[in-house]
Formats: sequence, C-alpha cells, structure tokens
Amino acid sequence: MEMNEFIKNFANQFDDTDANEFIPETLFRELEEWSSLNALAVMNMIAKKYATKLTPEEMKTAQTIQELFDLVASKK
Amino acid sequence: MSVFSLKNKTILITGASSGIGKAMAIACAQAGATLIISGRNKERLEHTFTMLEGSNHLAFATDLSTTQGVKLLVDFVPKIDGFVSNAGIVEPLLLQFIETSDIEKTLHINAISVIELTRLLLQEKKIKKGASLVFTSSINGNKCAYIGSSLYAASKAMLTGFMKAIALELAPKGIRANTIEPGMIETELLKNSDISLEDLENDKQNYPLKRYGKPEEVAYAAIFLLSDASSWTTGTNMLLDGGYTLH
Ligand SMILES: NC(=O)c1ccc[n+]([C@@H]2O[C@H](COP(=O)([O-])OP(=O)(O)OC[C@H]3O[C@@H](n4cnc5c(N)ncnc54)[C@H](OP(=O)(O)O)[C@@H]3O)[C@@H](O)[C@H]2O)c1
Repeated sequence: MEMNEFIKNFANQFDDTDANEFIPETLFRELEEWSSLNALAVMNMIAKKYATKLTPEEMKTAQTIQELFDLVASKK
Repeated sequence: MSVFSLKNKTILITGASSGIGKAMAIACAQAGATLIISGRNKERLEHTFTMLEGSNHLAFATDLSTTQGVKLLVDFVPKIDGFVSNAGIVEPLLLQFIETSDIEKTLHINAISVIELTRLLLQEKKIKKGASLVFTSSINGNKCAYIGSSLYAASKAMLTGFMKAIALELAPKGIRANTIEPGMIETELLKNSDISLEDLENDKQNYPLKRYGKPEEVAYAAIFLLSDASSWTTGTNMLLDGGYTLH
C-alpha cells in the first residue's frame, strides 16, 4: 500500500474540496464536504481498491487520512 | 382460531438458517406446519431445525446462488402447500463502484434464483393446487429507497413484478402469490448494511412506532399469508414497517 495513491483514491470521493487539502494529517471529518455519503464512498473505495471491508465502527476510529491508511494496512 | 392454523400443510422456507426465515420456521412449526427448511450454512440450519416444534420436518442445506443448488433443493422437496422465498443478501454499494459481478451477485441471489426455484417447483409439479407462495421483498425498491442500495432495491422490485404476474397465471389452480415488504428488522442483515450502530439507533426515531421490527413480527405475517385466513388474498404486497413509509 502506498500513501500517495491512497490519498488520490480518497480525494476522488470528493467533488468540491481542493486536492491540496488532502494530506496524511487532514482531519477529514472536519472538511465541509464530508457527509455520510462520502463515508460510504470511502468504505466502498477501500473495499474495491484494497479488498478490505471496514465496518462503520472501525471507520469511526480514524480521524486523519493517515489513521485510516494505517487501519486499512493493518487489516490487509 | 383454526383458520390461522398451518396443520396438515407442508411448507418450504428458504433462508431459514438466520433472521427472518428462522423466526418464520419456528412460528410456522408452532402453527402446526410440516416444514422443509433450507439455508446455506449447515450448522446454523441445524440449529433452526432443533428449535422446530413437532415432527416430520426436513432440512436441506444448499447454495441458491448456483443453478445446481436450486435443482438439488427442488429434487429434495415433497409436494408443498406453501413456499416462503426468503433467502437474500444486502451489499451496500454506490453506483460509481458497481461492477458487473456485483450486479450479477445481488440480482442472482435475491431475484433470479427465486424465479428459478419457483418455476422449477411448478414445472416439477411440487406446488399443490391451492398453495400459497410468499416472497420476502422489502420496502426498499418498492415504497422507498436507501443510498447505496440500487442493486438490492432493483432485486426486490423484481420480486414484486414477478409475484404479480404469477398471481394472475396461477390463480386458475387456486395458487396464491404475495410479497411481504418489511422495513428494518433486527437481524444479522443489518450488520452487513454498513450503517453504524449509532446511526441505526438514530434511524429508529424515523419510525412512528420508534423501533425496528422483530423477526417474529414478519413471521406472523407469513403465517397469515400461508394459512386459509388469507384465502382471498393474492397479488398483494403486505407492508410491515412500523409506519415508516407514512411520512
Ligand atoms: N433485516 C431487514 O431489515 C430486512 C428488511 C427487509 C427485507 N429483508 C429481507 O428478508 C430476507 C431475510 O433477511 P434477514 O434479515 O433474515 O437476513 P439474514 O439474517 O442475513 O438471513 C439471510 C438468509 O438468507 C440465506 N442466504 C443468503 N445467501 C444465500 C445463498 N446464496 N444460498 C442460500 N441461502 C442464502 C442465509 O443463509 P446462511 O445464513 O446459511 O448463509 C440466511 O438464511 C431477505 O430476503 C432480506 O432481503 C430484510
């Protein structure tokens, strides 16, 4: 798993947020565009691109993109 | 009241190894039916089997996602007075992530295999005159929809169309067909719904009765549709949603 690629895939789930806003430290839940719809999109993206199924409860433990990346990496 | 009894009725229930189908099996046996229960997981199916009141019941584990699995079940079952098609899956996926294999999987298990099973039961003369066919559909796809559920909704709407046409076709044999449309029911299925426990708790407030349904509550509707109490009911969708779609 590679962080730059993960960030690109993550950012792809957003339409209006500037691409520069996505860095490992980004607190993604605080982004204006974040919603339950993005949350499902991110979960679907992780399932499809990383063949890893996160539960909503697991997903909730991650605040930053780095934490989400680590979570997916730990389950792979 | 004897009109609600399932005594002397042989009834096939799929998806009986878990959730709604399991509750249906237990309740139908209590109502006097002789059952053939089916599910994919043998252990869970046997667990349901041990909970059935009365004797002469049968259990048959099979994977309904394969044509062979459906055929094996049809060969196994004796002539039936009732059939509840209840096996189903939910895999929330936004349209932008759907691949051909996802379409095939959900539509196959939730709808195509249901049609296969029903037509084979009929063609093999396993469905007696006067029998009742019940399909577990959903409010989703028929009365409302949820984000990420396009395939599930499509599969459940397919069941409605199928049921209505066969209700007409089979009426001359006195065979009735109906669907049940549950809202959210507390089963394992919710765990695969990608909705967090917190969101599920909040969602219950959207129900006028302020809770989700219990599997037994769906089972009682099935008993009504399988029994002679519903002898003039065919071609309907029985809504069971705690008032959710009133809004
Ligand atoms: N829970 C709800 O909120 C809700 C609402 C509306 C409609 N429904 C519908 O109600 C039905 C039952 O759902 P449930 O909530 O009771 O879910 P559940 O607890 O997950 O049970 C699903 C059942 O379907 C069986 N099944 C799944 N795939 C199968 C396959 N390939 N071959 C054979 N059997 C298979 C399962 O067998 P194994 O466990 O042995 O694998 C299990 O017995 C479904 O059609 C569902 O769409 C549920």
